[in-house]
Order: sequence, then C-alpha cells, then structure tokens
Amino acid sequence: MPYGFVMISGYLITILITVIVYAMLAHSLNIITGHAGQISLGHAAFFGIGAYTSALLYTGAGFPFWVSVPLAAVVAGIVGALLGIPCLRVRDDFLAITTMGIGFVVEAVFLYIPFFGGAMGIGGINLPGWFGREMSKPEYFLLILIVFILLILLDRRLGRSWIGLAWSSIREDEQAAEAMGVDVVRFKVMAFVLGSSIAGLAGGFYAHFLTFIMPQNFGFGQSIVILCMVVFGGIGTRWGPILGAIILGVLPEISRPIMEYRTLIYGLLLLAMMRFQPGGLLGEESILPKILRWIQYRPSEQG
Amino acid sequence: MALLEIDGLSKEFDGLRALDQVSFATEVGEILGVIGPNGAGKTTLFNLISGIYPATAGEVVFQGRSILGMKSHQISRLGIGRTFQIVRPFQNLDVEMNILVAYGHRFYPDLWNSMGHFRKNEILKEVQGYIERTGLQSYRKQLTKNLPLGIKKRVEIARALALKPRLLLLDEPSGGLRFEESGQLMDLIRTVRDQGISVLLIEHNMQVVMDLCKRIVVLDHGSKIAEGSPEAIRSNPQVIEAYLGKSLRPEEEEG
Repeated sequence: MPYGFVMISGYLITILITVIVYAMLAHSLNIITGHAGQISLGHAAFFGIGAYTSALLYTGAGFPFWVSVPLAAVVAGIVGALLGIPCLRVRDDFLAITTMGIGFVVEAVFLYIPFFGGAMGIGGINLPGWFGREMSKPEYFLLILIVFILLILLDRRLGRSWIGLAWSSIREDEQAAEAMGVDVVRFKVMAFVLGSSIAGLAGGFYAHFLTFIMPQNFGFGQSIVILCMVVFGGIGTRWGPILGAIILGVLPEISRPIMEYRTLIYGLLLLAMMRFQPGGLLGEESILPKILRWIQYRPSEQG
Repeated sequence: MALLEIDGLSKEFDGLRALDQVSFATEVGEILGVIGPNGAGKTTLFNLISGIYPATAGEVVFQGRSILGMKSHQISRLGIGRTFQIVRPFQNLDVEMNILVAYGHRFYPDLWNSMGHFRKNEILKEVQGYIERTGLQSYRKQLTKNLPLGIKKRVEIARALALKPRLLLLDEPSGGLRFEESGQLMDLIRTVRDQGISVLLIEHNMQVVMDLCKRIVVLDHGSKIAEGSPEAIRSNPQVIEAYLGKSLRPEEEEG
C-alpha cells in the first residue's frame, strides 16, 4: 500500500512538472505572440536551446544546476535576439514561415552536429543537489513553481508598464505605433529576448527533470503544441495560456487513448475553439469570463 | 522663422516619380493647406516628412535640424504628430489607452523609465486634458473599433496632440465625414492652431481648405504648381487646369 502511494504520487509529480514546464512555455510564447502580436511557429527551438545549453554545461563543463539553468536562459535570450533580427523585417504570414524555419534549423543542428549528441541526444543530466543530497521531485516541482510565480509577477508588472503598452500598440498597428513615438524594432526585440529566455529557462528545468534529452523533444510539433495551448486558453490574456497548458498538458496524461490521438484531438479542439470561441477560453468575449463576471456582479445587483 | 522647410524633395517608386522637386516652408502658428488631385503626391509628402519611407532626393528641415533619414518614431518624438488618411487608431485599445501610447513617447527611449507604471494619477489627469480638448469625454473607456469615423478621427488627433507636437500633419481630416462632423473638426483644428501648434493640412474639401488656411500649396503629378492665398489659388489657371482639365478647342466646346 505505501509502495502504491509512492507510485501514484511519483506519477502525479511527473505530470505536475510536465504541466508547469508547458505552462512556462505557453506563458513565454504569450509574451511574443499575445502581448507583442508577433506570431512564432518555432518557439520550441528556444526551449531546446535552453535544454541543450544546460545539459552541455552540466554534463560537459561540469557546471552545477544552479549555474547551468540561469545560463540556459541567458543563452536562449541572446540567440533569441540574434534570430529575432531577421524576424523584424517580416510580418504576419512571412514571420510565421521565418520562425518555422528557425525551428527546423535549430532542430537540425541538434540532430546532425555530433557535439550535440545527434539523434542519441544527451543523457546523464541529474536533478539538482541541495543540502548535500539530490533534490526530490516534489521539491523540484516547488522550485519551478516559485520561479514561475515570479515570472507571472514580472509579466503583471510589464503589463502595467510603458513596455506593455508599447507592445499592445505594436500588436494593433506597427506603423501607427511608430508614428506615436514607439521604437517598434527595439520593443519587438525586447519581446523576443524575454520570451526566448523564459523558454530557455523552461528548457533547463525540463532537461534536468527528464535527465535525457533528444532533438525530437524540441521539434516543430512541440512548437505547435505550445501555440495550441496559448490559443486554446486565450491569446494575449495573462491566465489563458497557463490554463491552456494545464488542460492540454493534463489531457493526454489522464487517458491513454487521448495520448495516442493527441495531435488529432488538439487539432479538433482548436478548430472548435476557432469556430465558437476565437478568443480562447479566457478571451475577453468568451463564455467563461462572461459567466465569471455574471457571478461576480450578481450579488451586488440583488443587494 | 520657418518651422518646417522642405527643399527639392523627391521620391521615386520603381522609376515612378511620386514627388518631384517640391519646396515650401511652414511658419510657426499657421495652417498650411496642401491640395491637389488624386495621385498628386500629397500623402507621399506626408510619409516622407514623417519618415515612413526614405526620400530619393531633397531635404526636410524641422526647427533648423535635418530630419531626413530619421526613423518615424524619432521624428514623432521631435514634435511632429500625424493622422492617417484611412484612420488607424489602435482598434482594440480604448480611447484613453490610445492617447497613453503617444503620451509614453518620453518614456520609451530609456529602459528603466519604460518599466514604469503608466496608470498614475498625474498621467491620467494629463490624458484627461487631451480627452477634453478633443471633446471625447463620453468615449474615454470605449474601444476605438466601436466608434464612428468622426470620433476615430478625433482620437487620432488627440493621440497626435499627446506627443506635444510643434507641427501636426493632418491627412484629409474631413474625408468621409458628415457636414456637421466636418464643421466640428474644423473648429478643433482652429483651437489646436490657437494653442500654437502649426498644421499641415491635406484636404479634398475645398470649403474646408479655403476657410482654414491663409496659404495653400497645390501639387499635381508630384510637382508643386502653385502656392499662395486661397483667392490667388482659386483663380490660378494652372490649378484650374489640374482640377478641371485643359479647355477644349473652341469648335468642340461649342459642339
């Protein structure tokens, strides 16, 4: 019985960590695509850059987790800035194709350059140590949760700042934003750097949890899964992408058939969302927020 | 002293001369009209002044400083605000946020400043000032996509004013407006001028131009064909020709 309990809680914690990593990814893509309005179909590339940076620093250079994971965020942010430059000149569908290309290139680099372990990937990446022992999985989950809460607070802060306002204006109309004194290039780069570095951080956490990474974890399919979560939950909203990541992340875990038909189900869900709730679950005009508002205001009307 | 001096300004699009050697200057505190038939190069002129695309040749000097080659956001920060011929408010932001975007021009250049909170009381109070100046009180919290055209045009002017401009470029402010709306907008443009902001006005509605401007520049096929008072422009044969075409040979005219 106790053994069974450990099994269940072990499985549960695996789901929790997977979901929170996805939530972090969806949250980071939401900065680029939701806040600044720049579509990206290659976000998993930065997730991968973070994971590989952390893995190589840890296994190859012998850096501890506490150094390799922050560096993963830094490297992903720098690469995000570099790869963001070609993205600054293109818009909409061209941007979608450019970012998709970036995703393929990065995956190919991991796959074909021996330094990155090729198709075999990189193994031997352990959970971090603290107090002279290896961190347990629940502790690791709490660590990621705390970091994620800090990131949400940062997002909230930025949302109320001139940076957030400048992003909104770029999302609405770049040329008009320029005419209002918004340095569009600078603020776009800022969104790419921040979004990429958070994805890189998620990659670092993910690598140390999986202990073994392969290029396939960071391919085009993964980029689409992240985008699905953002759109499903409500693009541009603060909690939507997180909710989307929780729902779409947990679904395949609770039932085997869903896992097998995962792409099909995601696709159908997305089609249904686009038809009936284009703003996502938590979009301004969607049913869920309307119900919540109704519940919130009903008592005051009665009283 | 001239606020804006344009000298020999030209623009070619793939060999097509959209603007050819145009020169004129605006004085401080005046409303200068820019008229001309469709395709004369009026909007091209605005897009060159506001830095949306680079000029092929010529010079643009604002307050004694060349602004040619500067980016659009730098030019707007220097004090040139503009509106668009086809309105471009930030559709999914409310009127207040639209104005705030422009108000933020002084915070954007510095990373630390741009991390600052924009919903501060003193800032919102100043924004309220722009809302009142442009008569948008009852629309403050409405998304601009839901507003009628006349109000959207006011939002664009309010937004441009929040840049604290010395010069406003208004691209056909009365276009598509009903008679009363257009009259109200003219009053607004006059009050803006009275506050010491110069206006460069593209307009198709001759009534509006003749009423508002003491001086008018006429463009046709990318060249300046006339400049002067409304009376002089009205009786200028070249201007009449540009608008109405050359008079036909006498026998055809009779027939």
